[in-house]
Amino acid sequence: MAIKDYLRERFFPHMWCPGCGHGIVLNNMLRSIEQLGLSKNEIVMVSGIGCSSRISGYVDFHTLHTIHGRALAFATGVKLGLPELNVIVPMGDGDALAIGGNHFIHAARRNIDITAIVMNNRIYGMTGGQFSPLSGIGTMATTAPFRNIDHDFDVAELSKAAGATFVARTTTFHAKQITDIIKQAILHEGFSVVEILTQCPTYFGRKNREGSASNMMELYKKNTTPIGSQAKQENPELIERGILHEVEAPEYCNEYDKIIKAAMKGK
Amino acid sequence: MAKPKLKEHIINREWCKGCGICVHFCPKKVLELDDTDKVVAARPQDCICCKLCELRCPDLAIEVIVERQ
Ligand SMILES: Cc1ncc(C[n+]2csc(CCOP(=O)(O)OP(=O)(O)O)c2C)c(N)n1
Ligand code: SF4
Ligand code: SF4
Repeated sequence: MAIKDYLRERFFPHMWCPGCGHGIVLNNMLRSIEQLGLSKNEIVMVSGIGCSSRISGYVDFHTLHTIHGRALAFATGVKLGLPELNVIVPMGDGDALAIGGNHFIHAARRNIDITAIVMNNRIYGMTGGQFSPLSGIGTMATTAPFRNIDHDFDVAELSKAAGATFVARTTTFHAKQITDIIKQAILHEGFSVVEILTQCPTYFGRKNREGSASNMMELYKKNTTPIGSQAKQENPELIERGILHEVEAPEYCNEYDKIIKAAMKGK
Repeated sequence: MAKPKLKEHIINREWCKGCGICVHFCPKKVLELDDTDKVVAARPQDCICCKLCELRCPDLAIEVIVERQ
């Protein structure tokens, strides 16, 4: 199946700005699904609100476009009801970790078999460039005109500490790695977090003088390194890419099934 | 394995927003933006069919079609 067959072409061209990295995430996420040979009916995509969350409108799967920060709560309900389906939840950094931070850590803690994709552009794109919990110290935003003083989360460390059993990171520059990692995240049984650094040239780029979309992607190339590389030892500032954490642990829907069986004993 | 040979670039001019990512990252400088800011394959003979333009297009507007061997 060609990746175009997974699209709702009637909604194209899409609403994202020229050069927005969210489209590169869409492009390569579809390649993962195509390479896994999944049919449209085997996938549910649940999203919240944000530029990133608009992704669910463009794919011809079962889709739910829900409310800001709560996509994982809706997705938990869908997965418990229909555990045989693959549930994918793309979220912006604000959606996932500001308003949705609580849902995020608890979904991770339960280790429910959901693939969470954090499309991290370090800013609120949709509402006009406010800083997010992932903007980081020293960045500029419409709500931080004299620079941001908030520390940022490390999404990978946070996810791991909260109980996610698969944690990975890549960027829109590394398109092939997006495909490879999302494939593995979907196959992993448990809560998977894939952080993808994705450029918002309109707000983050402009406010932080990072130049064009291409230039922002050049920065992803320059500022990241494969996990365990020599370069990281020489320059600890580099952000690591790849699968950062992968363990086996009891999955929530399976455990819930066991409880149902125990409760039904003798009935 | 024989080198892949280019058949054509299929460019969806309705979807292309002229961001220039494909032009910037093409290792062989095959692509250009025309005067309406849409991508065109200006030097298709230089294309090595790496498909990086297709994979990095945020608008899913470019497809690299390779000749069947
Ligand atoms: C309950 C609620 N609060 C606030 C908003 C306004 N709002 C819409 S999107 C958004 C944040 C968008 O940023 P992010 O999630 O990082 O996604 P992006 O647009 O950058 O892709 C906010 C605050 C809302 N829609 N609902
Ligand atoms: S505002 Fe930013 S995140 Fe939203 S579509 Fe434009 S570039 Fe993308
Ligand atoms: S396939 Fe590679 S060489 Fe050919 S136009 Fe695209 S990026 Fe350039």
